[in-house]
Amino acid sequence: MNKIKHYFRGGIVKRKVKFKISFYFIFFYFLLIQIVFAETPEIKPWLNLDKLNNLLGVIILTLCITWFIYHAKRGKELYVRRIAGLSAVDEAVGRATEMGKPVLYITGLADIDDIQTLTSLSILGYIAQKTAEYETSLLVPCCRSIVMSTAQEVVKESHLKAARPDTYRRDNIYYLSDDQFGFVAGVDGIMLREKPAANFYFGKFYAESLILAETGHSTGAIQIAGTAESTQLPFFVAACDYTLLGEELYAASAYLSKNPLEVGSLKGQDVGKFIFLLAIILGCILVTFKYDWIINLFKT
Amino acid sequence: MLNKLKNIDRRIIFIFIFLAVLIPLLKPINLPTQVSQPVQNIYDFVEKIPEGKIVLMSFDYGPSTKIEINPMALSLVRQCFRRNLRIVGICLWPEGANLSREVFNLLSKEYHKEYGKDYVNLGFKAGGEPTLVSLGKVGFKELCPQDIDNKPIKELPLMQEINKYDSFALVLTFSAGVPGIKEYIRVTASQYKIPVAGGCTAVSASEMYPFLASGQLLGLMGGLKGASEYEKLVGAPGDAIKGMDAQSVAHLLIVLLIIFTNLIYFLEKAKKKT
Amino acid sequence: MKRQLPLYITFITGLAMLIQFYMPKIEFVGDIFQKWFAIIVVFAYILGAGSLILVNGQKILKASPGWGYNLVLIIGLFGMFFIGIFFGISKGPFNFLFNYVFTPLSATMFSLLAFFIASAAFRAFKAKTPEATLLLLTAFIVMIGRVPIGEVIWNHIPFLSQWSLNDLIERWIMGAFNTAGQRAILLGASIGLISVSLKILLGIERGYLGGE
Repeated sequence: MNKIKHYFRGGIVKRKVKFKISFYFIFFYFLLIQIVFAETPEIKPWLNLDKLNNLLGVIILTLCITWFIYHAKRGKELYVRRIAGLSAVDEAVGRATEMGKPVLYITGLADIDDIQTLTSLSILGYIAQKTAEYETSLLVPCCRSIVMSTAQEVVKESHLKAARPDTYRRDNIYYLSDDQFGFVAGVDGIMLREKPAANFYFGKFYAESLILAETGHSTGAIQIAGTAESTQLPFFVAACDYTLLGEELYAASAYLSKNPLEVGSLKGQDVGKFIFLLAIILGCILVTFKYDWIINLFKT
Repeated sequence: MLNKLKNIDRRIIFIFIFLAVLIPLLKPINLPTQVSQPVQNIYDFVEKIPEGKIVLMSFDYGPSTKIEINPMALSLVRQCFRRNLRIVGICLWPEGANLSREVFNLLSKEYHKEYGKDYVNLGFKAGGEPTLVSLGKVGFKELCPQDIDNKPIKELPLMQEINKYDSFALVLTFSAGVPGIKEYIRVTASQYKIPVAGGCTAVSASEMYPFLASGQLLGLMGGLKGASEYEKLVGAPGDAIKGMDAQSVAHLLIVLLIIFTNLIYFLEKAKKKT
Repeated sequence: MKRQLPLYITFITGLAMLIQFYMPKIEFVGDIFQKWFAIIVVFAYILGAGSLILVNGQKILKASPGWGYNLVLIIGLFGMFFIGIFFGISKGPFNFLFNYVFTPLSATMFSLLAFFIASAAFRAFKAKTPEATLLLLTAFIVMIGRVPIGEVIWNHIPFLSQWSLNDLIERWIMGAFNTAGQRAILLGASIGLISVSLKILLGIERGYLGGE
């Protein structure tokens, strides 16, 4: 209680932070109001039994992941295989530093509600720290304004972590266009004018992937890409030096941070995958011998 | 010499591609089109829908992919109008609103369809997947109070029959990315069990096959090829069928280029060995 | 506190969205968040426009190299905005600019793909290993078979023409091999996605907030 009083007197936090915290209080206040006064005209069941199998799958996977997180927390060392694309990140930033050219980072086309974008922002944090340490310019053109705003915060924090807040340039992280090809045209222009020595493409990409990667290739930049979009992987593989395939993108944060909790979750994920694999094999065998009941177990 | 050929200026390749596309467009070869099963599935399903039923059509593409997707939309609207099915149009992409307006304007005149009674265009709805989820829960009347021209939907007779997704016999989406076909599969097909079919760009067609195999997607038109197949089925040859000649020659050229680059690769390898 | 509160918000909203998916009784909580999200998305456009004006305006004022491009962008941004406000978007000059400027420009950017696919294929598609050779042959069949010319060529090959090319591509290459590969990537990526979501929910993954 004293702490709250202290807070409202303005003792422990700066004005800007206070504003942010007040914003969060307003968030919870409105949430509470909306829940209390929400209209629920229809009588609905507590549990949707049609989604029970789905829920069971999520619980199994969650248990696997939390189990390994728990063990990682207790200090158990877990092995993660080498991911070439991520190991080459330092090399790419180093090359840009040697050449005195900027690094270009693209967070993909999706908005902040997409997990690929969030993963991409985590990788951006690591790369921004490296560029801050090497005093190399980092350009982050964004396709979504909320992503831009978040990216600015991430890069700023990375510069603080690298003890180089003076080198942070807010203007280097900017919004271009929500339109897919308008964005591509803008990024291609940056590539041709600024000639970045290293291009990173991490996140959700669509048809623009090849246009970006080919233009980047024509400027002679070292290129590293990562996406979970299966249709764009062939384009990145053809035009980039390194590509993170599908789930490797999600593993990137754990791989780069070496945080035992994150590595633990990777291990849990693998066990979950193994369980699903067993279910697929079992399903194939049973359905081949006309035991179709297993299909119904997985129907939603 | 081999090195020169290997590192050929890419602008030369660009010129070849340009000519491979241009010449067949100016001088068509009229190659025959064969209909694939995923496209046939959509046609057959639409043919079986009883007259007067309502179809939801989502125009989730922009001008960049218009050339690939628009012929699909034209063919499907044509078939629905011909079969006296009623259409409610919606767009999850802002640019889709204008494109859908063009499609409806063109074909409503041809088939003498009346706006508000035979078809309605709700225009752009922001928010993507969360909006689709809300449409299923709250319904169209609350989330779409006005149509594309800001006319209250209370004044449109067709909209009086629309409540939630269960008002539709089929959901068709013409999708060039996100939000699009996958979102409709996740929401309308998986949660509300309404049949979903649609078309997408050729580049993303391969991604849709798992959904076709699982039955979550009723049928699929992949790129200009899929559109040309549908034009053939509907019996209204258009831009897609015309474009297939150009696409054929361009594909052939790329194959020849790959053979050529592999020849250089193997010759170089043999030279190194000797 | 500045760091903890966003984590609490993430945890509460994430958990509420997850629970409401399985419990119809509290679906309304999910609806509330979805409505909030829709409102925030609208404000994001203002944020984007603000950034555009700020970054490009500065470059124009400083007469930085290439400032002409920035000027074109600002004119385009305000031009479309005011034309839309004063003349409406369904007809008139806005519609004209959409149809005769925006549409061809967007189509031009998309068309670049055809050229880039050719140059990338020329550079990268080589039969270096047995696996690459297999991939190459499959690509040939799909590329040629997916266009009408493929059927014409196929029908002239003596032994192979007894089978349908369409069937080979749709049922086997696309329906079996492609589907299997796509499913493998999809399942792997989905499990990865669940794992990252869980980490974000539990506050283990904080990279998007700028780290620790």
